[in-house]
Formats: sequence, C-alpha cells, structure tokens
Amino acid sequence: MGKFRAGVAAAAVVLVAACGTDATDSGADGKIDGKITVLTNRTDLVDTKFKEYAEQFKQLHPDVEVVFEGITDYDNEVKIRMSTDNYGDVLLIPNSITSLSDLPDYFEPLGSVSELGQKYRFVTEKAFEDKVYGLAVTGNAFGFAYNKKVWAAAGVTAPPETPEDFLDALRDIKDKTDAVPLYTNYRNGWPLTQWQDARGSVSADPQVSNKMAADDSPWAEGKTQHTIDSLLFDVVANKLAEDDPLTTDWESSKSMIGTGQVATMMLGSWSITQLRAAAPNKDDIGYLPFPVQVDGKFHSAIAGDYKNGINIHSKNKDTARAWIDWFAEKSNFATAEGGISPLKDGPEPDTLADFTAAGVEYFEVDHAQDAVVTKIDDAAEIGLYEQTYRQGLVDAARGASGKSKQDVFDDLNTRWAEAKALVTK
Amino acid sequence: MPVRHRKRRAGALPWLFLALPLLLLAVFTYIPVISMAWYSSTSWNGVSKRMPFVGAENYVEIFTRPQLFEVFLVSLYYVVAAFLQLGVALYFATLLSFRVRFGNLFKGLLFFPYLVNGVAIAFVFLYFFRPDGTLDSLLNFVGLSGHQWLGDPDTVNYSLAGVSVWRYTGLNFVLFLGAIQSIPSDLYEASDMDGATRWQQFRHIILPGIRPVVGLMSILALAGSLSVFEIPYIMTGGANGSRTFVIQTVDMAFRFDKVGLASAMAFVLLALVLLVTWVQRRLFPDDRSTTP
Repeated sequence: MGKFRAGVAAAAVVLVAACGTDATDSGADGKIDGKITVLTNRTDLVDTKFKEYAEQFKQLHPDVEVVFEGITDYDNEVKIRMSTDNYGDVLLIPNSITSLSDLPDYFEPLGSVSELGQKYRFVTEKAFEDKVYGLAVTGNAFGFAYNKKVWAAAGVTAPPETPEDFLDALRDIKDKTDAVPLYTNYRNGWPLTQWQDARGSVSADPQVSNKMAADDSPWAEGKTQHTIDSLLFDVVANKLAEDDPLTTDWESSKSMIGTGQVATMMLGSWSITQLRAAAPNKDDIGYLPFPVQVDGKFHSAIAGDYKNGINIHSKNKDTARAWIDWFAEKSNFATAEGGISPLKDGPEPDTLADFTAAGVEYFEVDHAQDAVVTKIDDAAEIGLYEQTYRQGLVDAARGASGKSKQDVFDDLNTRWAEAKALVTK
Repeated sequence: MPVRHRKRRAGALPWLFLALPLLLLAVFTYIPVISMAWYSSTSWNGVSKRMPFVGAENYVEIFTRPQLFEVFLVSLYYVVAAFLQLGVALYFATLLSFRVRFGNLFKGLLFFPYLVNGVAIAFVFLYFFRPDGTLDSLLNFVGLSGHQWLGDPDTVNYSLAGVSVWRYTGLNFVLFLGAIQSIPSDLYEASDMDGATRWQQFRHIILPGIRPVVGLMSILALAGSLSVFEIPYIMTGGANGSRTFVIQTVDMAFRFDKVGLASAMAFVLLALVLLVTWVQRRLFPDDRSTTP
C-alpha cells in the first residue's frame, strides 16, 4: 500500500512538473530541454534508427525527450493537420504546400538565405522573402536507375551521351535480352513526375526554373521541357517501355529491376538504396546520368528532399531548433540513406559512385521565380510535378489518345502561354 | 394502460432524443456543406490562411469551359452498366424468390462482392485485368488471345464499369429480393390456380409490387453513375480516358490547388444529381399504383 501511494505521488509530481515546463516554455527561453514531437514520413525507421538518433541527441542535451510520430500518407495527412495548431514541434514541410508565400503562416523562420547558405545546401527551396523555413534532411541527384547486368548483356557499357544513343541502347536491350528496356511506372503515377527533375541535366543552367517563368513556349523544339518529354515520348512510341502501362506496380518494380526483368527506371538518387535492398545482388543496381551533355560533360541538378521546419505554434522552439541543426549536421542521416548531405562540406554518398565515375557535375537550381512557375503551372492545370500530363504524353506515344507528339507539345505551350498571361498581367 | 401519461405534453423529451442525431447531422453534413459553399466563392488554394473572395467567378468558369463536362461522357458507360446491373439483379432476385435448390448459397454468393471493401476490389481486378493475369489466362485456356483490358482506351471504361457491376449487383439484388418477398404469397397461390406462368407472375404480380423499389434503385444507379469515383480512381487514377467528374474535381483541388473551383464543381454535381432525380420522378412517378 505504501509503495502504491509513493508511486501515485511520484506520478503526480511528474505531472505537475510536466505542466510546469509546458506553461513556462514559450520557446524563447534559450534552454534546450523538455519534450518535442517530431513528425516523419519514415515509418520504417521510427522504431529503429530514429530511436538511436534520439539517444545521441539526449547525450548532448540530457533534459530533452524526443518523441517521433511516423505518418504513412505523410503529405496529405500533415497538410490537413496544419489547419489546426497541433502538427508536432518539428515536421517535414509537406511538398503539397507549393505556394511559398504560405510558409510564414505555418513555420518559424530559421535564418536568412545568405547566412544559412554559407553552411547548408538547398536553403532556397523552402524560403520566402530571404527567410529560410526548412533545412533539408538529405539531398538527391537525378538520373536513371539501371540494372548493370542487363545493360552489359545488351553490350552497352558506357553511359549514353545523347537521347538517340539512349534509345539505341534501349533497342539493344529489347533485342538481346528479355528485360523491359524502360519501366515507366505509369499507373502509380508519381514516378513519372521524376522526369521533371531532369531539367537540370538537360540545361546545365541554374536559372532553368527562372527562365521558365518568363517563357511563353517551354515545350518548343530544343528547349529543356521538349528534350525531357521527347525522350519519354520516343521511348514509349518505339515500344521500349512496358506493354500495358495501366497495370504497372511500383512495389514489384523494385524487385523487377533487381532481378533484371526491368532494365531502366527514371528515379531520383533517393531510390538507389531501396532498389539495392530489393535486389538479389545489390551491385547490379547502377545509376546513369540523363543522356545529354553540355560542353562535353554530364550534369545533374541536386535538390533537397523533405525539409525539417518548426511549427510556428510550438511551445518548445529552442529545442526544436537544436534538433533540426543536430539532425542536419551530426546525425549523418543523409549519408546513411545514400543521399547528398545537406552540409556543403558533407561527405559524398557511395550511391553516386557511378556519377562520380561518369564525371557528372552537380549544381543547384535557383528558385527565385518558383512561386511564379507554380502559379502558372496551377493556372494552366498542367502539373509539372503531377502525373497527369505525362500520363497523357505516354498515352499519345502509345497511340491511345490519337494525338501526335506535336499536338501534345502545342497544347502544352498554348496552355502555358495563356496561363502566364493571366498570372503575370 | 395509464392514459394520463399519453396526455402529458411532450415538452423537451423528444428533442433530447433527437439531439445526438441532429448534432451529428449538423457537424458532419450541414456545416461542411455550408463551408464548402463558402469555399466555392473563393479562390482558396487549400492551405493558405487567405481566402480571396471571387463571388460567382468559379461557377462562371465551370460553365464557360465545356471540356470540364466532357468527362460526363465517361459516365455514360456507367449508366448503361447500371441498368444492366439492375436487370441482372432483378432476374436473380426473381429466380431466387421462388423455391430453388441451394437458394441461400446463391443468395450469399451474389451478395458477397458488396461486402468486400472497394479498395480491395480495385486491387483484385487490377490483377485480374493485367496482361497474363487471371482474365487473359482464362481466355488463353479456351483458345482466345489476351487483350490490354485497361491499357486499350477503347475497353478501359467497359472494364471499369464491369467491375462496378460486379460490385453493386449484390446490393440491388438483396433490395429487390426483400421487396419481392414482401408480396403476399396468396397472390402467387391464386395465380397458380388460374394457371399463370412464371413470366405472367413476374409481369403482373412482382413488377407492379416492387415498382417503388425499382424506381428508387434507378435513381440511385443514375446518381451513382454521375459520381463514380472509387474504382476508377484506385485502378487507373483517371488515366487513359477514364477520368470521371469526381476524379476531375479531386485533381482540381489537390493537384492544381484550386479548392475554390473544386468546391464549385462539387455543387454543380449535386445540382445535376438533383436535376436528374427530379426529371426521373416526373417521367416515372412510382406511386400511381397506390392512388386510385
């Protein structure tokens, strides 16, 4: 009985203490203590790796408790939760928030672009009016994941340097092996959006996004969008993709590329770790640059993955900030996941060894005009980072919609120009 | 029987009982509809704290963009399928309302698909329709060649509408069966004595007897065809010419951040469904049989 009472008393004390810290911690006391809730999309790591991170963080700040909340349908769920005040202390800024001008309403500014930009990569991607709202957890390069064995069996050993070479390579794969030369993952849709990230490889121009904001015909012959979408169109039109795109399946495609049933898929470098995990022999999975060279060199834009931000309603902003800084600088999460470190002087991931060997040059795209690009894109209902228009492109290429390549590009150009006139008037 | 209790004024008691359902109705139906009406007059993007008021602009846009209505052509497939489905359901309901061997087993088999979750159905049929999938294997077995059931733009909507028929026939069947079984059995006995055939019994006893249910089912089928969503959305995401009006609305709200416009589209759909229902009630009033 005595023990029981002591237990209750102790619990009461803890409760009172907890309430006390909650009430006094407005977040600006400079103390790194108390409890923070961290929202994450990595439900697979919540109980394993993230627990270790929390332990390591606790060794530096013993009075802190980090609680994780893994969310499967991250973007949609968090976007809805953001209409309340209760969306954790630290969270990944949902990618579905496309208008950067909304960031200040929901997230705490972390510093200026110039100041944070000295130390970190990707700071302009979630910034508004020179204030940074999120620090990337990891970064990606962009190209094609491929099965080295299949490509070698088809006699292709060097990365293709032009779209024509690339198509020839896929033709060889079709003729000499049983593999599907390129798998579009049409039905899941989102893998088709990965093609948009090739814009850096085609242009080798940090201003590629800003230029699009001022362009009336981004799909005109010779321009970046034209090059990217032409390649996808030609692959499908030459029957170098899967037979029935309507029944593709992302989860099984991961093992199909590992076992050599599929030769190539357009995916960001984030995918390499996952594809290797699903492959019987992880060394079979390699990474190819987009088949365009500028000045005799391959290029790839690098971009941040999800970015950690602080809930503007957080009661414990100092601790949240400490966690974000620690996660970016000390956790080594990016390297462990095969990504590019958010730190400018961070280590090179081994997943991109193929890119290093091919001499791929990295650069970051300037995002100054992204808000305008998004506005035009939404108004035109094209969806550069949505699946719909590339599904339409694939449909046209396989002769399912009765439209020619030129029809599709003309239509896109018209809609873009009209929307641009509407948005920038 | 204590009569004085009955005389007592009802007072607040009925309202007390009604409070909970009314509260639920308000919270989960009327308040969301009212806020959607408000959204439909703004150009809200779904996230922003600012909701710029644009008046009737969204509605004007809907009615000046004919391509937004083109998707209703896809609904025609489902309308045709829905009436096919009613026919099949009525046929089996009639058959099984008579004494049939293993009747309960067949009733169970017919109703079963309706119990399966829509998402699961979509995935099952995805495997069913894929090249070298169940359907193609079956066709190969009987010597026919396979086909891209979802990949071919000419068949994709038939395939999807077929899944929809498979799923909802059971529900129609059960409702028809219930209605048929509520017809007094002495009518059958009397007609049997008069030497009526099964078809005559169906034509002159069953059909008039379940007229209201048939009318209701047709309205539900039509309204359902206009607002098809779940199965095509999961199976094709609206790709390859299988986009329906609701998929288009969802795309508008969540892909292109036009929640205002999407809300207006939802209201237009509501108005259309009400209109179709009204027209149908005018054309086929179903209570004529009960009024002299």
